[in-house]
Amino acid sequence: MLILGRRLARTAPRPAALLQGLPYLPWVWAGAGFVALLGTAVLGVLVGPVHIGLGTVVQALVAPIPWFHAAAVDPGQASILWSLRIPRVVLGAIVGGMLAIAGAAYQGVFRNPLADPYLLGAAAGANLGATLAIAFAPGSTLIGVNVVPLAGFAGAGLAVAGAYALGQTVTGLRNTTGLILAGVAIAAFFNAVQTYIQQAQTSNIRQVYSWILGRLVTAGWDGVLLVLPYVVLSVAVIVLHRRLLDALSVGDDEVTSLGISARRVRLIVVVAATLGTAAVVAIAGTIAFVGIIIPHTVRLLVGRSYRVVIPLSVLFGAAFLMLADTAARTVAAPAELPIGVITAFVGAPFFIVVMRSTRAAAL
Amino acid sequence: MSNVVLANVGIAYDSDVVVSGLDLSISSGEWLALIGPNGAGKTTILRAIARLVAYEGDIRIGDQAVAAMSGRELARRVAMVMQEPHMPDGMSVSQYVLLGRSPHLTYFGKEGRRDHRIVADILERLSLDALAARPLDHLSGGERQRAAIARALAQQAPILLVDEPTSSLDVGRQQEVLELIDALRAEQGLTVIAAMHELTLAGQYADRLALLVGGKLVALGGPAEVLTEPAIASHYHAHVQVLSLNGSGRAVVPVRSHPPKVAP
Repeated sequence: MLILGRRLARTAPRPAALLQGLPYLPWVWAGAGFVALLGTAVLGVLVGPVHIGLGTVVQALVAPIPWFHAAAVDPGQASILWSLRIPRVVLGAIVGGMLAIAGAAYQGVFRNPLADPYLLGAAAGANLGATLAIAFAPGSTLIGVNVVPLAGFAGAGLAVAGAYALGQTVTGLRNTTGLILAGVAIAAFFNAVQTYIQQAQTSNIRQVYSWILGRLVTAGWDGVLLVLPYVVLSVAVIVLHRRLLDALSVGDDEVTSLGISARRVRLIVVVAATLGTAAVVAIAGTIAFVGIIIPHTVRLLVGRSYRVVIPLSVLFGAAFLMLADTAARTVAAPAELPIGVITAFVGAPFFIVVMRSTRAAAL
Repeated sequence: MSNVVLANVGIAYDSDVVVSGLDLSISSGEWLALIGPNGAGKTTILRAIARLVAYEGDIRIGDQAVAAMSGRELARRVAMVMQEPHMPDGMSVSQYVLLGRSPHLTYFGKEGRRDHRIVADILERLSLDALAARPLDHLSGGERQRAAIARALAQQAPILLVDEPTSSLDVGRQQEVLELIDALRAEQGLTVIAAMHELTLAGQYADRLALLVGGKLVALGGPAEVLTEPAIASHYHAHVQVLSLNGSGRAVVPVRSHPPKVAP
């Protein structure tokens, strides 16, 4: 199916199309994305220390539907499903989809294949915010919400806003290099402060490390509900910019001569991508690699237009992170591995295989 | 109304003055060639008309100041073909040319059937229809130049700015591209402002030539007035002979001041 899909995507002319060679989402790949999403979700719900069969899962899923009379599910198992596994799987899908689409968006606005959602300091800012909260306000809450994710969210937003402001004062945002360098400077500074605090507060070092490496530990739906509004807004804005992200690929001057303000597109997309990234990072920590590997895999397999890369990145990013999380909590059970370790450990070799098999022609 | 008027235009990059005190008026349907030695400011003037650089003074299209137009409005009036257009790897010719419809779309808008029809017609007119699905990085130099012109035409702007349309093309392709621009000008009544370094070709295709030196206009007029041996000798520091071709303009031919000895 892989080869068939590629053939279809690259060569099949659209029937009765006025223009040949326009990018479109191949149904094979869209279908494969949904199958992957569903498959990894089911796997994530089934796998765990307590054995729960597929039948029970289906019964538990249909039980809340009022006119559907299914056999009663054991309350213990129902509770494990509804308050542990299903929210965790859903959170994994949201985090993975968000990081992948944010990565694709950053690569588009910076016209840089190495861009990831953390390029402008979102990860460094979130890490510093969370470290400060863990070190100086452990266990505190603000309006009923744990202060650590709030501090992470604020840190990520502050770092990116700082990088943007710095980039503007230095180069007037005439090019993206100034902005990227400002992001590097901000990230380095935030990392230095974070490391200093972490070294000074060794009693919390494990907690800080676990936060930085990322995890999807969640009880109930709080985490999901907390990030969902930001992620929905962010994804919607990025999806609406698909055509403009393609247009940006001809460079700032030429896109300006087409009547499109490159700066405005860049600002809106960066703000949207950062908002979503900050939200998921605040809940799940700084999970690495998803934002780079997923968009590039989609590019290598299906094509480079953002009209294709953006929607497929969401589907495959979500599936990939659900799978990685299932692995993270099973390979060393009962202990849990940090999910960032799994995404890099599995993701890097997979990416190399994809690169080799497509000869990286599309990079 | 697609006449272009530049009044007392000055352009500087930081503190380096590139163009100063430039007055120039281009009528609707005219082909004006900007000529002059390297660094004369030819490209910069085109970029100012397309508002890609900041300038002082006034640039007007019809009765509207360029500075007062929105980006989209300006892109519907002026299309520019860059000297070295950036052509993203993997993008197809049709997708690239379709970008030219951007000024006619809203911010979140999507191209419709009408846009596809316009682009299909342009591709056919420029003999690019067979290459529509081909990635830009698989095109030859001449095909790339035609794709860039096609994208500019898709903007349906009455004013076409062309920066060195013939650089890096062989003599056959040079003629092909210039004939194409001239034919399109006749068909669609385009106003063409082109920066050209090939003086013979500039004289053959343009109605008027504007000779620029160091950002100042030093001569303006028809080929016979501007392409003279003394003018080229003094401004280009070149030894040339200007030959009058029967009915097809003037040829500017470089000559060596100390011809090499010919072996007997």
